[in-house]
Amino acid sequence: MFKAIVIVKRRPSILDPQGMAVEKGAKHLGFNNIKDTRIGKYVEFTVDTKVKSAAEKEVSEYCGKLLINPNLEDYEYTLEEII
Amino acid sequence: MKPKFGVVVFPGSNCDHDAYYALKKILGLDVTFLWHKDTDLQNCDVIVLPGGFSYGDYLRTGAIARFSPIMNSVIEFSQNGGRLIGICNGFQILLEAQLLPGVLLKNKSLQFVCKDVYLSVENNDTFFTKGLSRNEVLKFPIAHGEGNYFADDVTLKSLVENNQIVFKYTSVDGVTDNDANPNGSILNIAGIVNKEGNVLGLMPHPERACNPVLGKNDGSLVFNAIVKNFMN
Repeated sequence: MFKAIVIVKRRPSILDPQGMAVEKGAKHLGFNNIKDTRIGKYVEFTVDTKVKSAAEKEVSEYCGKLLINPNLEDYEYTLEEII
Repeated sequence: MKPKFGVVVFPGSNCDHDAYYALKKILGLDVTFLWHKDTDLQNCDVIVLPGGFSYGDYLRTGAIARFSPIMNSVIEFSQNGGRLIGICNGFQILLEAQLLPGVLLKNKSLQFVCKDVYLSVENNDTFFTKGLSRNEVLKFPIAHGEGNYFADDVTLKSLVENNQIVFKYTSVDGVTDNDANPNGSILNIAGIVNKEGNVLGLMPHPERACNPVLGKNDGSLVFNAIVKNFMN
């Protein structure tokens, strides 16, 4: 079995109003060095297979079909074998 | 014969009854609800994906509704030329299902905006708008947090070239500018059709503007146009 951790990021060309609003909050708190705040998503799950290549294929398909909208987002993931 | 309308009910839809009420009780049309777990479209001629918060807007707006059993039938229906309207959350579902191009981002203000807006009819040569005048200004309410339409330059160019932009946010006088844009939508886009012209998505709510007693009746102009165009 594998544990997958997926990070979903908004594509660089897409405006992130949420990140901008959070950064405004940072400025109010005096964090003047904080820049380029972008907010994404963290998704974790397990993949019930013993074969790493099969797990990779399934994670990619899951990301592409449901977890991300390719018009808007990119993703990266890590896979770790667990017992 | 007048068309039969079907209103899809997803868990979390909350404008399904508004659409049903407007079509059935005010406009006197044949309407039925279509449950998201069903696959039978019950011989409906026009399908409405209503507004609301299907599946709690989890993951992304419209992302999970798009995989409901009924959506396989709806997608097949539209690919065979069936007429389909997505209103608000319904528009978000159409984009997730890739029946229309582009995405809807959070409103530029980050606030949920609930108010009446004015729209101009940019294309009056569609199944949904034939019979209205070009540049006619309509008053519909909006109620959304993610209605900020965005598409990349290539998609946008293709939308313009194929005359797929149907409604734009304007002032009461029909002026398209930033002041009239409630959510930051690119080019003030409020509604678009697909290239084939049988799928319409829009953020404003025509079904909430069908009862003169409530002070707005422009939605019925659109639904009556649909009925008339279907019968022709």
